[in-house]
Amino acid sequence: MSAAQDIRKTNPEVEITSSEDIAKAKRKKQRDPIKVVLIVLGIVYVALLLVLPLIYVLVQAFGQGISAFTAAITEPYALDAIRLTLLAGLVSVLLNTIFGLFAAWCITKFKFHGRRVLMTLIDLPMSVSPVIVGLIYILTYGRTSPIYGVEQALGIQIIFAVPAIILVTVFVTFPFVSRELIPVMLGQGTDEEEAAALMGAKFFTIFRRVTLPHIKWALLYGIVLCAARALGEFGAVSVVSGNLRGITLTMPLYIETLYNEYQYSAAFAVSSLLVVFAIIILFIRSYVEYRGGKETENDQNAEITKKRRGRRKKERQEPQTVAAEDSPPPTSTPATASATTAKE
Amino acid sequence: MSNQKASTRSHARANRVIPGFGISFGITVTLLCIIVLIPLGFLIWSTLNLTFEDFIKTITSSRALASYAVSLSCALIATLINAVMGTVLAWVLVRYSFPGKRILDGLIELPFALPTAIAGLSLTALTVDTGWVGSIFANWGIDIAYTRIGIIIALTFVGFPFVVRSVQPVLEKIDYQTEEASEMLGAGRIRTFFSLLLPEIRPALLAGAGLSFARCLGEYGSVIFIAGNTPFQTEITPLLIMSQLQEYDYAEATALALVLLIVSFVVLFAMNAVQTRASRKTQG
Repeated sequence: MSAAQDIRKTNPEVEITSSEDIAKAKRKKQRDPIKVVLIVLGIVYVALLLVLPLIYVLVQAFGQGISAFTAAITEPYALDAIRLTLLAGLVSVLLNTIFGLFAAWCITKFKFHGRRVLMTLIDLPMSVSPVIVGLIYILTYGRTSPIYGVEQALGIQIIFAVPAIILVTVFVTFPFVSRELIPVMLGQGTDEEEAAALMGAKFFTIFRRVTLPHIKWALLYGIVLCAARALGEFGAVSVVSGNLRGITLTMPLYIETLYNEYQYSAAFAVSSLLVVFAIIILFIRSYVEYRGGKETENDQNAEITKKRRGRRKKERQEPQTVAAEDSPPPTSTPATASATTAKE
Repeated sequence: MSNQKASTRSHARANRVIPGFGISFGITVTLLCIIVLIPLGFLIWSTLNLTFEDFIKTITSSRALASYAVSLSCALIATLINAVMGTVLAWVLVRYSFPGKRILDGLIELPFALPTAIAGLSLTALTVDTGWVGSIFANWGIDIAYTRIGIIIALTFVGFPFVVRSVQPVLEKIDYQTEEASEMLGAGRIRTFFSLLLPEIRPALLAGAGLSFARCLGEYGSVIFIAGNTPFQTEITPLLIMSQLQEYDYAEATALALVLLIVSFVVLFAMNAVQTRASRKTQG
């Protein structure tokens, strides 16, 4: 007795014969109740857990009217907080972009001892609790530290002042850019850079003309993520801030202060600025993913065309496929983009 | 053997054709030391100043033990919820098409983009007994804000994207036909899921859950608003560290920080081990 017969015997409703049946099964799948339940469950869950808090902030922010909203966000202390947050964010993004580019270059273009260790160490800040970040900077630059004597001699204050706020923000966003770049650059390999170097190109030329075009979307996304976290960091900053209103309060800390003083609508008004920023980030992310996905699709099509052509040549048929000679060589997408594109 | 060595050496030299090793390695290591390693070194150095008895006494005080229990149990429950719902959402996003799918996909990353303090603030205001959601549950006598349920909700929010984003690409690679085959051969959908799909996505699921768990253990910003912060009841370990810092009790804070740090490193290490084993398996 063959396997198919066997199945038909145990499961009479299963028929594995004509393509008509398969089409019927597919149609059945379209009206699948499990599908509907799962989709509804997913949408309701995301709506309740993620979207509702977002809407609540916006409703509360404008609940007292536009004038109350503008008054809350143009308050001098609020403007100071916005300025300090932007400063910390800007320094973090600049420093971590430079670091991310060099670190990704070093790790992906060369083989050396301790490469894996270096990769682990770069990712280390991701797994340190924000409160601990604040603590270790107090231990490093605070009163108990040997460095404190140097600070006093130079007349600078780090802890409970702006420098510490910037330093902890850099720490918590440290791996953000390199984490996005490393997978893409590993996937890309080193052949093109080697070729460029053998042809006499200098470091900066190779980077700008060969590497950057491949990684630009991943780089943009890394920078955006880094900025988001830097502007929103709360725990680490609150440990080292000292909470001096107008001097060392970042936006999240200022929001907390307002909340603790029962000025809810003002707190939500300042929050809404960061909410709007978060929404912009999500849009940029979707766009980056879309662009990255499109580029991979093109690359994959080019590859398929090339393969097909090779086969046809072997079979001594007339090559008729559209020329794809000018299309760029295959690259890997930004890590985040691969999600939507791999459907084949 | 010596041949192999020579070939790897020549391979290494071939790699060095590309310029910029010195400068990129130098900048990477220098910044790493200044920003990450030296400050972490000060944590170790400060712990060495404690006597061993004091260290043990601090980390096993009843308040500390209660805070571990709250932190671990809430992080674990939140991670389990995220593992289940994350898999459901990854499945929905990969396998089904429906209007608004791209928006849903874009929203997944919201917890990375939204500052945690704002999430905490908003979730608290929603779930207090006069809030939009809290008032519904208050009718049944269930308090959400200022209880462990509130902590779990905040942690669920924070850890949400990890599982979805690690399971999604794996699901996309699974061939649709294997499932169809399994179903046509008479396996039910539940059996198909548990014996065909789950083994495939397990490494990714574990990796995502591990990341989510590590993040939940250290989370501070979203939890302090919703937790109520009663010692022994709703005090998580990062919060205990914070309150000791505010009393300038650096020695105790340092000891607890070391415990928390070691736990999250162990979680990460275990996760890496799982992933390495999984990749070895797939490579044969």
